[in-house]
Amino acid sequence: MDRKDWLVVCTGLVIGVLAALLVKWGNPGNMGLCIACFLRDTAGALGLHRAAIVQYLRPEIPGLILGAAFAALIGREFRSKGGSGTIVRFLLGIFMMIGALVFLGCPLRMLLRLGGGDLNAILGLVGFVVGIMAGVEFLKRGFNLGRAQNGSLAGALIMPFIAVVIVFLAIYQPVFNAEAGGPIFVSAKGPGSLFAPLAISLAAGLVVGFLAQRARLCLSGGVRDYALTRDTYLLKGYGAIFVGVLVANLILGSFNLGFANQPIAHTDGVWNFMGMALVGLAGILAGGCPLRQLILSGQGDTDGGITVLGMVAGAAIAHNFMLASSPDGPTFYGKIIVIIGILICAGIGWVCREA
Amino acid sequence: MSNVVDARGLSCPLPVIKTKAAVEKYDEEIEVLVDNNTALENVTRLAKNKGFEVETKKNIGGEWQIFIHK
Repeated sequence: MDRKDWLVVCTGLVIGVLAALLVKWGNPGNMGLCIACFLRDTAGALGLHRAAIVQYLRPEIPGLILGAAFAALIGREFRSKGGSGTIVRFLLGIFMMIGALVFLGCPLRMLLRLGGGDLNAILGLVGFVVGIMAGVEFLKRGFNLGRAQNGSLAGALIMPFIAVVIVFLAIYQPVFNAEAGGPIFVSAKGPGSLFAPLAISLAAGLVVGFLAQRARLCLSGGVRDYALTRDTYLLKGYGAIFVGVLVANLILGSFNLGFANQPIAHTDGVWNFMGMALVGLAGILAGGCPLRQLILSGQGDTDGGITVLGMVAGAAIAHNFMLASSPDGPTFYGKIIVIIGILICAGIGWVCREA
Repeated sequence: MSNVVDARGLSCPLPVIKTKAAVEKYDEEIEVLVDNNTALENVTRLAKNKGFEVETKKNIGGEWQIFIHK
C-alpha cells in the first residue's frame, strides 16, 4: 500500500466511524450519512416535495460541498469545467435518486446499512454490482457523453454559493409561508425529525467532503475500476467504510443483524436489488456515485453540479409521484419507474457512443 | 509523435479506458493528455500497475502530458 492507498483507507474509516457517531448524536438509524436521503430531506425542507416525514435542511450536504471546495482550493484543483452532455446528466441524476429511494439509500448508505447488520442491503449490493457491470459494458463499447470544456468562474461558484445559502437557511430557519408552516419545513416525526446538532452535522460534512475530494472516493468507481483494469484503489475505500462503521456500531451497541425491523429499510429483496441496479447503471454513465457528484460539484465541476440538481429534482419527483419506498415496501409506481429508468439509462448507454 | 491519447475533458473512467486501449495497441511510447488531477493519478496508476515507466510534465492551464515508456 502506498501513500494514496492509505489516504483512501483512512478516508473510508473516518466516514464509517463518523457515520455511526452521527446516528448516536441524532441522525436516523444507519443513516449517519446518505447523499440520496439528505438531498431528499433538503428538497423536502425547501418544499419541493411535501412528504411531511422527510423534510430537514441537512447541514451535511453544504458541508460536503464546501469541504470539497476547500480541499480543491488547497490542492489547486478548483476549476470551472462542464458542458459534457448536460441535460443527459440531469436525467441520470433523476434516475440515480429514484433508484436510491426505491432501495432506501445511496451506495454509501448501502455500506452503512451492511455495517449496521441490515442484511437487506446485501440484495442492494448485488443489484448495484450488476448495474455497474451493465454500465461497464456500455463503457467498453465506446459510451461517452462528450468532452467537458473550461468554463467561467461564475459557473464554478454556483454550487458552493448554494451551499453557503443553505447553511444560512439552516442556521436561521426562516418560515417563508407561515400559513403552510414553511418552507423551511422541518419534520415533526419520521426520519426528517431525527438529526444531530447543526454544528456537528456541518463539521462532519466538511471533514468528509475534504477527505473524499483528496481521496477521489467514489462508490460506483470501485467495482467499475476492478472490472475494467483490476485496479483495487477505490475498493479499499469500500472496505474501509464497511469496517469503520461495523466496528463503531459494535462498540456503540448499534449493530443489529437481520432482515426484519431494520431502520428505514424494507424487506422486498427484488426491489432492493432493482433499485440499486438502476443506481449502479446511472452512476457509471454519469461518471460517479451520488457522493462523488456532490464532491465534484464543490470543486467547480458544473457537470457534477447539474447531476446533483438532477438528484434534487429526482427526490421531488419520487415523493410527489409516490415512487419512493417506505419501510412497508416499494410502491406500484416505484416498481414501474425503476424498470422505465433502467430501459432509458440503457438507451442512453447505447445511443451516446463515439463513432 | 503519433501515439497520443487526448483525454482532456473526459469524465471518469474514459481517460483510463483510452490509455489501456492504446497501451495494448502500440509497442512504442505513448503520450496521454489529461486536464485534471484525478485523471492524472488514474492513468499513472494504470501504467505503473502494468509495469511501465511513467514521466509526467505539467503544462500551463492545469494540463499534463503523461509519457508511458514501454
